[in-house]
Amino acid sequence: MTAGPYAVELTGITKTFPGVRANYDIDLRVQARTIHAIVGENGAGKSTLMKTLYGLHQPDSGSIAVNGASVHFKSPTEAIAAGIGMVHQHFMLADNLTVVENVILGSEPVRGRGVIDFDGARRRLGQLAASIGVQLDLDARVETLGVGQRQRVEILKVLYRGAKILILDEPTAVLVPQEVDELFANLKSLVAEGATVIFISHKLDEVLQVSDEITVIRQGTTVATVRPSDIDRRGLAELMVGSDLPDPAGRETSIGDDIVLSVGDLDVPGAVKGAKLALDDINLAVHSGEVLGVAGVEGNGQFELCEAILGLRPTSRGSVQVAGSDMSSAPVRARLQAGISYIPFDRHREGLLLDAPLWENTLLGREDEPGHMNGPFLALRRVQAECRRIIGRFGVRTPSEHVPAFALSGGNQQKLIVGREMSSQPKVLLAAHPTRGVDVGAQAAIWAELRAARDAGLGVLLISADLDELIGLSDRIVVMFDGRITAELDPERATPELLGAYMTGEMQEAAA
Amino acid sequence: MNPKLQRMLVTSASSVLAVLFALVVCAVLLLITGKSPVDAYSTLFGAAGDAKVLQGALNRATPLMISAAAVAIGFKMNLFNIGVEGQMRVALLTTAVLGAAVKLPAPLHVLFCLVVAMAAGAAWSGIAAYLKVARGVNEVISTIMLNFIALSLVAWSFDDFFRVDTESESLLVKSKELPRSAWFPDIVDRRLSGFVVVAVAVLAIFWAVVWKTRFGFRLRASGVNPGSARVSGVDPKRMVVISMLISGAIAGLTGMRALLGDVHAYQNNLGEGQGFNGIAVALLGRNHPVGIFVSALLFGFLGEASGRLQLEEIPKEIVTIMTGVIVLAVVIINEAVKQWDNRRTQRAAAAALESAAAVGVTA
Repeated sequence: MTAGPYAVELTGITKTFPGVRANYDIDLRVQARTIHAIVGENGAGKSTLMKTLYGLHQPDSGSIAVNGASVHFKSPTEAIAAGIGMVHQHFMLADNLTVVENVILGSEPVRGRGVIDFDGARRRLGQLAASIGVQLDLDARVETLGVGQRQRVEILKVLYRGAKILILDEPTAVLVPQEVDELFANLKSLVAEGATVIFISHKLDEVLQVSDEITVIRQGTTVATVRPSDIDRRGLAELMVGSDLPDPAGRETSIGDDIVLSVGDLDVPGAVKGAKLALDDINLAVHSGEVLGVAGVEGNGQFELCEAILGLRPTSRGSVQVAGSDMSSAPVRARLQAGISYIPFDRHREGLLLDAPLWENTLLGREDEPGHMNGPFLALRRVQAECRRIIGRFGVRTPSEHVPAFALSGGNQQKLIVGREMSSQPKVLLAAHPTRGVDVGAQAAIWAELRAARDAGLGVLLISADLDELIGLSDRIVVMFDGRITAELDPERATPELLGAYMTGEMQEAAA
Repeated sequence: MNPKLQRMLVTSASSVLAVLFALVVCAVLLLITGKSPVDAYSTLFGAAGDAKVLQGALNRATPLMISAAAVAIGFKMNLFNIGVEGQMRVALLTTAVLGAAVKLPAPLHVLFCLVVAMAAGAAWSGIAAYLKVARGVNEVISTIMLNFIALSLVAWSFDDFFRVDTESESLLVKSKELPRSAWFPDIVDRRLSGFVVVAVAVLAIFWAVVWKTRFGFRLRASGVNPGSARVSGVDPKRMVVISMLISGAIAGLTGMRALLGDVHAYQNNLGEGQGFNGIAVALLGRNHPVGIFVSALLFGFLGEASGRLQLEEIPKEIVTIMTGVIVLAVVIINEAVKQWDNRRTQRAAAAALESAAAVGVTA
């Protein structure tokens, strides 16, 4: 490694929020011109640390040095001035502006009298993109770009402002394997051009593949800094969790004969009149005791599929049958009562009442179940006792059922939703990203519950972006691309690379 | 401390702070204009010792409780019914006309009037509900516009069809007087209308329905997170229609103290402003029946006691300014208190888990 000052050096950083010690005695040294990964479970304190470095908040104690000089950032503006740039996990681009317009937004180069120098900006941006091997139509509107390209725009935006140290917050979370490879190639060119990359992730394979050094954060503090050549995946995972990992369990029970969910010839119209179909001729069946995995890049119809099955979205053709009865034109509540449960895509937007106590959250959607009403009134005691049962059985960490849902960590919120959806004894579960954004411990608990319910005869339609989860849990996998089912695969033979090829539309086969 | 009690204290804190803040602002205003805030406030609040003032305050508070309940039920699912004034006005004329046209025994006649008032109010708010559900028109816009239409429509039809020219002692023209069987009895003759009982009953029913029934749960769920409510099978359009109709029906009752308990006929300024003032009361009362009750009393008292200020040569408009500042302050302070309370709640939850972990209790 090169001698000289570290690009970034954090010493003894401690940051507490009311009641939570988010970071404690963190030491981090990032060599210049390297890719440095920061790994840790969700809630381990990675994001807090990066926000400290980016000036979004100030540490309680400890010191920060950039290129050897001690700094105290009071705001991101100061961090940017010092050459630090951050690419957020959620893109912050204006859809109806072009790439150039997005990049210069907020730091527009002007000639006299406030006229924007678009040609100059385009030229500079073109050079910048070429230098790190990014190919982009600079005049394309951002709404026409794919996820991977949008991310490239975010990176260019940061570079355009003169950043030499880039923080990327879970950059691969939204990408398919091929796009991940492209991103990594770009990052390596970046480093070759003299930049330093700090890369936050919890995907261990990627971290091992791309980084020069890895710092592991556990429970708010740095536990180790290792080189990828000195450690393997499992060792890294154990550093992250601090204990031995549970083994993935296979299945010993067999799939039932009866079909609990059947979708036939389903079409869903596009968002605007005349647009292409959002769902085009979908046929699928889930048997009792079977997990049918749905792979696909987000936005290829998975959301519309769930909404159509639940009756939340009008269909233009086709049928939905739940446990043998036709539900094609039934209202949402009737479908839920027929035995559908739903773990929604976004737990904050569709799963929870964040400001309401947990017991109201577990009641949601289940008010009609016997025992939940006392004449016209809610049976508060029984509903609250039911919530306590869910909390206990699914290991939701909370002081009581009266706490509002926002006070729980993401993993515990997710466990609460899974608990609620499993407690109505469903026949079929639509599980959209059931373990997204939860820590390894909660993930294992949720998988165990899904397996147990499956063994007891539950049919599961599993939608996931985590290909390991899909391959590990599914009995069959279908791939959705552009609103259609383009392939059916045996998980025994599916690899992330193969799935990725189908997911990007590179490969297609007739639907089974 | 009991978490429920704690939450209530926190919820009321922003309102109490807002009132205190308004007192300070008005004191400064008084000082600037060369009046003594001490004199003004001792006159104003000294009036609380007078039974007549208190009866008047309760009387003024009665319609405010009802209109605030109408606003609050909308607020509970993030529907902003600004049209209470218009709904009230439509209900007033309809009830005055229909109530004078029928002959019924006393209790039934009153009941008939109340039902007509609720139906008329609901019908008028139903227009806004339809526009929102069928055409996606924001209810804030439509109810404001419907207020204008209601005021003009009612004034015009009253003037052209329903006014009665009598050699009355009043300068105001009225519609045909309601028969005595439709009069709502007073508790204290000509000072305190018995309609306050209806207002309190409305608040009690409001509480039970919103916090204790399935419908109320769905209403609140839709307000807290429409996305989650929709996914769990609560039809958002249906909820909009139902809650808007209920809101309008309650709004229809707002003017009934004045109509059935006081004037017994329609006249143009009847109940004026009570619908709009309900918005302020609902905001200060944090959309909770108890808060609404207390806030309505406060506003009623300030309105009643303000007359005393003039005796001290202090402009009574200071009270109007005070109510305005209260409403603005409550909106601002509530946001700050909410953020503080959210942090406090998260901290408390984390602390409870830590201490549980320390003694080896698993959650």
